[in-house]
Amino acid sequence: MEFEQQLEVIKSAKVLMVGAGGIGCELLKTLALSGFQDIHIIDMDTIEVSNLNRQFLFRQSHVGQSKAKVARDAVLRFRPNINITPYHANVKGPEFNIDFFKQFNVVLNGLDNLDARRHVNRLCLAAGVPLVESGTTGFLGQVTVHVKGKTECYECQPKPTPKSYPVCTITSTPSKFVHCIVWAKDLLFAKLFGDKNQGNDLNTRSSDGASSSDNAEDAFERRAGEDSEHYGRRIYDHVFGYNIEMALGNEEAWKNRDRPKPIYSGDVLPEKLSYQNGNVEDCPNGDPSSVSAMASLGLKNPQDIWSLRENTRVFLEAFKLFFGKREKEIGNLIFDKDDQLAVELVTAAANIRAASFGIPLHSLFEAKGIAGNIVHAVATTNAIIAGLIVIEAIKVLRGETNKYRMTYCLEHPARKMLLMPVEPFEPNKSCYVCSETPLSLEVNTRRSKLRDFVDKIVKSKLGMNLPIIMHGSTLLYEVGDDLEEDEVANYTANLEKVLAELPSPVTSGSVLKVEDLQQEFTCNINVKHRENFDKEKEPDGMLLSGWTEIPTPEKENDSSLGKEEIVSTPYQTASLGTENDDLEIIPAGVDIVPGGTKRKLSDISNATTSSSAGVLDVTVNSQKPEVIDDDNDVVVMIDGGNLNANKKKKMLE
Amino acid sequence: MENEELTEQETALYDRQIRVWGVDAQRRLSKSHILVSGVSGTIIEFCKNIVLAGVGSLTLMDDRMVTVDAISANFLFPPDEDMFRGKSLAEVCCDALKDFNPMVHVSVQKGDLSSFDGDFYDKFSAVVVNCCSLPTKRLINEKCRKRPKRIAFYTLDCRDSCGEIFIDLQNYIYEQKKLDGTVECQLQYPSFETLVELGKLGVNSNLALSCSIPLDLVCESVTESTKEPDLVTLPVHPARYVLIFEESKWIFGCVNFDGVSAPRRSTLRVFLYSPFSCQEAVAVHWSTLPRKVSKVYFGMRDCMSLIRVVIEKFEEAEGRKAGETSIADLPSILKLKKELCQAESFNEYHIPDSLLQRLLMGTMEHPPVCAIIGGILGQEVIKAISGKGDPLKNFFFFDAMDGKGIIEDIGSTNTEPEQP
Repeated sequence: MEFEQQLEVIKSAKVLMVGAGGIGCELLKTLALSGFQDIHIIDMDTIEVSNLNRQFLFRQSHVGQSKAKVARDAVLRFRPNINITPYHANVKGPEFNIDFFKQFNVVLNGLDNLDARRHVNRLCLAAGVPLVESGTTGFLGQVTVHVKGKTECYECQPKPTPKSYPVCTITSTPSKFVHCIVWAKDLLFAKLFGDKNQGNDLNTRSSDGASSSDNAEDAFERRAGEDSEHYGRRIYDHVFGYNIEMALGNEEAWKNRDRPKPIYSGDVLPEKLSYQNGNVEDCPNGDPSSVSAMASLGLKNPQDIWSLRENTRVFLEAFKLFFGKREKEIGNLIFDKDDQLAVELVTAAANIRAASFGIPLHSLFEAKGIAGNIVHAVATTNAIIAGLIVIEAIKVLRGETNKYRMTYCLEHPARKMLLMPVEPFEPNKSCYVCSETPLSLEVNTRRSKLRDFVDKIVKSKLGMNLPIIMHGSTLLYEVGDDLEEDEVANYTANLEKVLAELPSPVTSGSVLKVEDLQQEFTCNINVKHRENFDKEKEPDGMLLSGWTEIPTPEKENDSSLGKEEIVSTPYQTASLGTENDDLEIIPAGVDIVPGGTKRKLSDISNATTSSSAGVLDVTVNSQKPEVIDDDNDVVVMIDGGNLNANKKKKMLE
Repeated sequence: MENEELTEQETALYDRQIRVWGVDAQRRLSKSHILVSGVSGTIIEFCKNIVLAGVGSLTLMDDRMVTVDAISANFLFPPDEDMFRGKSLAEVCCDALKDFNPMVHVSVQKGDLSSFDGDFYDKFSAVVVNCCSLPTKRLINEKCRKRPKRIAFYTLDCRDSCGEIFIDLQNYIYEQKKLDGTVECQLQYPSFETLVELGKLGVNSNLALSCSIPLDLVCESVTESTKEPDLVTLPVHPARYVLIFEESKWIFGCVNFDGVSAPRRSTLRVFLYSPFSCQEAVAVHWSTLPRKVSKVYFGMRDCMSLIRVVIEKFEEAEGRKAGETSIADLPSILKLKKELCQAESFNEYHIPDSLLQRLLMGTMEHPPVCAIIGGILGQEVIKAISGKGDPLKNFFFFDAMDGKGIIEDIGSTNTEPEQP
């Protein structure tokens, strides 16, 4: 009955869905079944095989096609009389401007990355369109409602930003497998096969200066007429042997650490590579992506953990195959989790390095998950979350403000609830996105360049797409297609200047105005000069505040469930455009209550706290909020409740 | 467990979910066989989920012929009569589901599930029953329970904005993950029969009577305990009680002939069981529940179950199939309700006409609710088969009106109540 009453408002609604992936497929289906007649859907991705276990609108035959378009066609088959408008495009594209957003009654997000979520949030705020936001990972999920002025915006709560590791942990003192993966992927792989002009810290060691690097540079060049196995062994011995020997020379570094052990290919694998099953020639010709070292070595199961010897064989074989079968691509390769040979090489290299540092080895399957920032995903959670999105969307359309809920889908019940509705927060009065509170930035104005500020703060932290930076009335930086040549040259020159030496010098006390016209979003930043920064703790060399970042302790690696730590590094660009679906923040059980804001459990009945309920509250409180994000944003799971040591959790009656 | 490796195709397709539940679980899934009886929008959601997850086989039963508006919340077949003329619901769904995952064997079994012999069930790892009457559910649950091998049993009901799942995994042992490794965990599920006998879903002589009365009223017939002045003891009574105290304490007590102590001046809800109910009822322990959750849950369950009694009684008397009632039947149903309540000396107030009306009118499934209930059930079946994760015990309720998805452990005979 309730449902029938809703039909009128549903039929006349025009909705925008952003994302046609895991949540998107389920959402589009549920919207169509619920009677929605005018649905627009944006997704820039194409379909991949690993989508098919949950993105049920897609079939094997659709691999490579636009998700938005195929999803539309699939839904029209069972609901032929509704309008679905697909856009195979990036939501950050200029065509999706404020006017575009204004035509919708509600926007529903089924996105997979923080960057796009923030972009849509800002457009919705600017256009005054309500947003229903969602995310899932594994069995966890959440749905939140963001209506300007009524509830918090997506960015009122600080979001965890990509995890970065200090360079020396990666280059010299790895202690976790993930450090080895980052080393193998972002340093070794990039050095061997990537753009030679990119800076690379592979040979940077905390101890030695630039003196040895000239000599080291040579080690990576292939000598005239050198056999590829010989070349591979030389690289192997250099990075796993020689470099470790050099590092050992720095006694200071190993006082409180286990000393790594140099590994030489001749010791592990004295004989030449041999093939158990088939050989290189058996590899199917034509498609270079099907070249595989595992296949030529007869290794079948990606779940197996290879021995040091096997890793050595895979490393040498993969190396050989790159030079034998994919030589043309060398110099332009970027690590891609769907590139089998690249994953094999990175797995083997990470494992050999792990062996050297006494870190447990991992299977190719696990290594791929870590290297590719793969988020785990199942159909059921996406279906549940999509159902919840539609329920909230209908409330939004009916203007039932007091009924809005954020709902958490939990893996373990809290207060006997598996689906836990919570009243939405009020807008955060000091949110730099939906209020006009200025931020403050501590930075060494005599050392940091405008480029550092643009990359590390404006793009990475503030999530701006097309920024304009102003100091007083002086334009310091701007991007756009309609700029004059001299303007471009001027801004490019500014990028390389330190802040204090800009045409309008930025020093302690300066106020910078940063604006994104597409997002219609402006914020002011008060600059404060600071001389020194801790390289380990503040790798950016600057500190933005007024917008607290959630601390990001690493979660325990939970190998039996195959969870992965998700990493991104300073070397990674902000958006790799990986396929990963879904997710974001889930306080399991309870919510984080920042100063003054109140989040209520929705069952507000009378106020007595019974003894048994008291016990349960304790249990709930000891549950750890799990803050999760995916993609190149990071996954953080806090496994001890320590996150909230300084934050108060509260359940209101 | 067989140690066959997954094929390359399986590894590629299931990559993301193997990262959730592991390769062993995936292997177990691919060897499982699921039977589903009764097709509805929620069941279609469920089937989609388990077919995508990669179970070994799915067998569908539903001989009803397809009509254009057979299932409002269906995304498997187009609203085109030519496409399904002369086909049963199970057949049409089977064809569509096959397409979702070529590695899953989807088939149709004709006939009425309750007429099959026990050994028919031996082929299956899990049985999901939907769109049928309470007696049929009991019958099938009992048949499953009598088989030598454990068959996971589920029932599913969705009406309007509400949905409910019942789970019977019998005696279920699994590895529970703790922070410091795994521990073996054992769960004992009560059967549907037990629950019915408990009276909560009962009919006729086993009908549970629920009423809220201030304890002060009860106290008139209660002997006060001298030792503990704050407690009262209920008199010995031929019936048995399950007590729910409100106000400062919220305790589910189990009462038998010996009476029980209860705080005075509490509001007391008493469930009276007839002396004829089964032995097991006596042994029931009720876990302590947080009051707010229980309140919501009981609000819903009381109404749902009592209403179901009324509706099912009506269907039985009229020779209707489950779910075949509509708003047109409201006057007759209200009349029946009155008679039933009088016969059982039960306050009509507890079966509000408005809810009866809502459930009768809202026979249409609510697609978002279908997605949610179908998702939870899918997850549960996957957990039970794969042995990964804590399964729900033993009821799940969702109501879109308040947005809560609540788990209740009802009628367990062997779990110690949690200490408040």
